[in-house]
Parts: sequence; C-alpha cells; structure tokens
Amino acid sequence: MIPFLIRRLCQAVLVMFIISMIGFAIQGGLGDPVQQMLGPAATEAEATALRHSLGLDAPLWAQYLDFANDALHLDFGRSYFFHEPALSVIARYLPATLELVAASAVLTLLLSVPMGVFCAIRPRSWLSQTLMGLSVIGISVPVFLTAMVLIQVFSIGIQVTLFPADTGWGHWLNQLFSIEGGMPAYGRGNPVHVLGVWYTNFATLQGILYLLLPAFSLALVMLPLFVRLIHAEMLEVLESDYVKYARARGLRPSRIYFLHALKNTLLPVVTLGGVQIGTLVAYTLLTETVFQWPGAGLMFLDAIERADMPLIVAYLMVVGLLFVVINTLVDLLYRLLNPRITLSGRAA
Amino acid sequence: MALLEVDHLDIRFPLRHDEIRAVRDVSFALERGERLGIVGESGAGKSVLAFSLLKLLSRPGYIAGGRVRFEGRELTTLSDRQLRRIRGNRVAMIFQDPLTTLNPTLTIGRQMIESLKAHRRISERRARAIALHKLRQVQVSSPEQRFEQYPHQLSGGLCQRVVIAIALLLDPDIIIADEPTTALDVTIQAEIIALLTQLCGKHNVGLIVISHDLCVIGQLTQRLLVMYAGRIVEQGPTREIINDAQHPYTQGLINALPQMTLPRQRLAQIPGNMPSLARVPDGCAFHPRCRYRFTPQGRLRQACVERVPEAVSSGGSRVACHWVRELITTVPIEEEAI
Ligand SMILES: Nc1ncnc2c1ncn2[C@@H]1O[C@H](COP(=O)(O)OP(=O)(O)O)[C@@H](O)[C@H]1O
Ligand code: SF4
Ligand SMILES: [Mg+2]
Repeated sequence: MIPFLIRRLCQAVLVMFIISMIGFAIQGGLGDPVQQMLGPAATEAEATALRHSLGLDAPLWAQYLDFANDALHLDFGRSYFFHEPALSVIARYLPATLELVAASAVLTLLLSVPMGVFCAIRPRSWLSQTLMGLSVIGISVPVFLTAMVLIQVFSIGIQVTLFPADTGWGHWLNQLFSIEGGMPAYGRGNPVHVLGVWYTNFATLQGILYLLLPAFSLALVMLPLFVRLIHAEMLEVLESDYVKYARARGLRPSRIYFLHALKNTLLPVVTLGGVQIGTLVAYTLLTETVFQWPGAGLMFLDAIERADMPLIVAYLMVVGLLFVVINTLVDLLYRLLNPRITLSGRAA
Repeated sequence: MALLEVDHLDIRFPLRHDEIRAVRDVSFALERGERLGIVGESGAGKSVLAFSLLKLLSRPGYIAGGRVRFEGRELTTLSDRQLRRIRGNRVAMIFQDPLTTLNPTLTIGRQMIESLKAHRRISERRARAIALHKLRQVQVSSPEQRFEQYPHQLSGGLCQRVVIAIALLLDPDIIIADEPTTALDVTIQAEIIALLTQLCGKHNVGLIVISHDLCVIGQLTQRLLVMYAGRIVEQGPTREIINDAQHPYTQGLINALPQMTLPRQRLAQIPGNMPSLARVPDGCAFHPRCRYRFTPQGRLRQACVERVPEAVSSGGSRVACHWVRELITTVPIEEEAI
C-alpha cells in the first residue's frame, strides 16, 4: 500500500510538472498581457516598465521558476478582468462544474449498470435490442446536438397539431402527443448555501431540477460507451466457469448477476470511468455553454475571449490537478476491487 | 428405484448450419452411494451429459428427449426455482479447473457461506462453523486463514480441496465431478482421488466422475460408462471392463494405456480421430476407426455402416457392437493405414 502510494505520488508530481510547463508556455505565448493591460494608447516606455515589474524581461528559466514558485504557493496572479486572485475566481466557479460532473457521473452509473446488465442477461428482448441500437447511435452523436434536442423536448416542449384540433378526439390526441416542456435549461437557478460554505444545487428540489438537463446531456456523452462496455464485459463474464459454478451451487439469479458477474464486470468499467472523467470535464465546456451553466468551463471560455491569462493558466493547473487526483483515486479503487493486484503494485 | 435414473437422454445444439447431437440415447442409473465413471475421448459429450443432469446446458443446448429422474422426480421439466433447490444442495458439482471455478473477486469464506445460505436459513456464525468443519474434512491446513483468502492466493490442489468442501457443504446425495483432476499436477491427482473416494464412501454420497483418463476412473469408480460420439458404447463394472473390455473402442482405450502395454510392445493408439458431433458417421459411429468392421476374410460388414448397434450383454457389461459376441473368437486382420 505505502510503496504504491509513494509511486503514485511521484507520478503525480511528474504529471503536474509537465502541466505546469504547458501552463507556463501558454502564459508566455498567447497574446500580450502588457498590451491587454495598458490598452493601445500606452507608450513604449510604459510597456517596458510594466514588463519589468511583471518580470517578463528575465531569462526563461528564471521566469519558469518564478511561475512554479508562485503556483506552489497557489498564486496564479490576479485576473485581469475580475481584478482579484485568479484562484479565488476559480474557487467561485469550480463547484458548479464539479456538481455538474458529479451529477452526470452518478446518472451515467445509475443508468448504464442496469442497462448493460439487462442487455446482457436478456439479449433477445426488444428493449435490449433497442438500447443496444441506440447506444451505437449515441456514441456518434455530438453533445451539443443531444443538448439541443433535450432543450427542445423537455424545456421548450413540443406542440403537436397533427390532428384536427376542432374535434374532441383530435384535440385529445394532440394533447397526448404534445410534451409540456418547462424544465429549466438556462443557468443554475438559485443554489443555496449549506453549512455556510457550500453553495449547492443538490440541497433543494429546484436546484436539482436546474441540474437535471445539463447533467443528463453531459451523461449522454458517456452513457452509450458505458452501456456497451458493461454489456460486452457482462456477456463474457456470464460465460465464465465461476458463473456456471454459481448456478450449479443453486444461488439465486439476482446474486449471480449483481454480485458474482457484476463485480468482475466493474473492473474494466472503473478503469474506463477514470479515463472518462477527464473527458467529462472537457465536455463541460460545451455543456456549460449550451445551458449557460455558470461553471469553470464557461468562465474558462470567457477568459480565453478576454485573454485573461492568469485565469486561463490557473484553470489549466487546477483541472490538471483534478485529473491527477481523480486518476489516483480510481487506481486505488481498482486495486480494492481486484484482489489479484496487491496494493504494493505487483500482480500476485 | 435408483437414486438417479437417466433414460434415453438426447441433447442437441442447434447451430446456424447444422445441429450437434452431443448426447444420444443415453441411459444409465446411479444407486445411492455408488461411484460411477464416465470415460471417453475429448469431445465425446461427457461434460454436456454431466451438465444436462442439472439442466445447466449452455446455449444453445437443450434436452431434445428422454428423462432424468432424481429420487423418482422428473428433473427435465422442473422450473428454475425448483431446480435451484436441488443444485448444490442435493446434487453438487465439481468442475475441471479449480482456479477458474471459484470467483476471483470473492473470498473462499464468502463463497462457502453463500452456498450454505442459498439453501438453509442459518446465521453467519453457524454457516462459518460448518464451512470451517468441511475445510478440515478435506484436509485444508489452517482453514481460518484460508477462509479470508482469495482463490488466486491458493494453489490449484488446495483450490480443488475447497471446491470439494463446497460440494460436501450441504451433505448432497450426489456429487458430479467433471474431470476433477485433469487441471492438477500428477502428484496432487492421487491425493484428490483418494480424498474423493474416502469422503464419498464415508458420507454415502453417490459420485459421477468424468474423465478421459482411465487410470483416474479405474481408481475411483465401481461402475463405468464408456462414451463415444455422444453414445454409450459399453457399460458395466469398472474392474471387469478394465480387465476384459468388450467393445473394440474400449479395448483401444485400454491398449493405449502405457502400463497395460507389455515391454517392447508399442503403444497402440486408436487410429484416426473421433468425428465431430455435427457429422457422426452412419451405422456404428466407431466404424471408420474399427478394425473389426471387416471380416477376417477382409469383407466389409454391412451392419457396421448401416445400423446403429443395440446394447447387448457380453462379459459382465452391456456393449453396443453388432459383432461383440463373435469378436472374442475371431482374429482381426492386420490393419493397413487408415
Ligand atoms: N455451448 C456449446 N455450443 C455448441 N456446441 C457445444 C457446446 N458445448 C458442447 N458442444 C458440443 O458438444 C461436444 C461435446 O462436448 P463436451 O461434452 O464438452 O465433450 P467432453 O466429452 O470432452 O466433455 C463438443 O464437441 C461440441 O461439439
Ligand atoms: S459395430 Fe462394427 S464398427 Fe462398430 S464397434 Fe462393432 S465391429 Fe466395430
Ligand atoms: Mg469435458
């Protein structure tokens, strides 16, 4: 356990080092902060003075050390736009993103496990065939399209006028096929403070309602992939000796499917899940834009538009750190699930 | 009434283009406490037969005809729920490879306790006590420690002992063991065989052992079925069959055993291969490999290629060969390469 943790820690440091290099490179290479800060009317002398005060005229390695040192002290400079430390800006926006990611990860898991398992144990039912068909389509549909469709159907609603509205039955049929819509699809609603520090959507029904569409559309990015993976793994596991043996011992089917088979199925799912959480965070950029979800993704895109360099770099570093932490946790979870790998890191 | 009666059992696997008939017209009975062996080359349908007894056939296999009666009760028409009460409880199974049989993600103890709890309403503590007792019976050292371990932490032989302990957990009437020693080291095979013989004798458990290895079967069983291409070709007391095999196929199997061969005599492998069960030859399925399909004068015996032989009594066994009574007195012509 300890050697494993130490090794993971070293890897994490290495990854963070590389990310910091990227952050540093971006800081130096994208746009000119001095011009941004001073505006077009500034003189050359003013620009040189500011450059010097920002340390932008020092050699590259010294600049990097400066940068790294600041980063280690959680100092990414002040946002040009917000006029406050970049990290506090991120700290304000990140929770909304994390809530979105968490909600869609939970949705993905809650939906994909039953779907994948069902498709594997009832391969011939029409529902399985439909789900598997949809999952093929789902993998290739772009996220903003599903988001648009979700907004159209559940928020704007669909008014069917196909049947003659002046007859009783026509009106009734129109009503039957119409969808009211009305689900919130813009912004975060009114999140509430919990315990004084946590500003959350999870605490109220209204908050969850606002979270539902964005989280579901983000979940749809992963869902088809997970359903297919769980289905494929489950099919393989169901053919295994130990499942047959479990049946030969007279165990109940629910126990065989949801303990014996699922536990072995989950190993690759956890691995994929770890990798995909990164993708999920990347997709928040799109989802947050479509739903105007006031999270770090939206903030990041705004920061790019404004060439708000400290904010951009801080976002990259924080998200990078998040990846590393999540991946380490996933690795740990994988080891806990799989007794064949000892925690020292060697396969037994 | 025998404990288990199998009557004209017929098992098929419908595939896209043809149909595999894995078990055909198989009938036998097992008495309480009796140890029965099933022997035959790989692909003869032994495992399919074993699994069908508990209706555990894998897709797309199904029982196309015949009966399996356990204590007079027809099993082939039972619902899954009713079968579940018998599986693992009255009839237990031991699989070939102990390392793939036990679930790799659950501890030995968990898997033993769940077996008990599937059939009895007992407390966790009571289940644990019974499980530990059974582990001691199969001579697993430091059972408390094993209890907390995962299958991969145990050797193959130890795992198979655990599997035997699980088979004995609910004091079954029958244990079906499909190649219980095939995946093990030769040195451990003998121990496992001795253990099975001893425990089945002690608890009066009926045993059905499947093997392609006559040595294993010879040590373990009292009665023997010889299977070829889905059918039983010879059936009788183990000792008599080994000492005085009647069917040409059984004779071939015995001649292929190293220790049965006299010095300087070459091992007599049966020429050719067993056919695929999708394309079994007409008449006697063994005829393409059988030297006796020709008369001593070298003429083809029409019956061998045209009619499926019925079982007749010969020696101490029932033998499915048209010519078994004459073979004893005829000397076969020397076979040319087939
Ligand atoms: N799941 C299956 N699908 C199709 N055919 C099968 C299946 N299981 C067994 N068979 C057929 O049954 C034959 C006998 O298999 P088996 O009983 O495993 O032989 P063995 O005597 O070696 O145990 C195989 O050769 C194969 O043709
Ligand atoms: S019936 Fe004919 S082919 Fe079959 S075993 Fe007897 S002699 Fe050989
Ligand atoms: Mg077999």
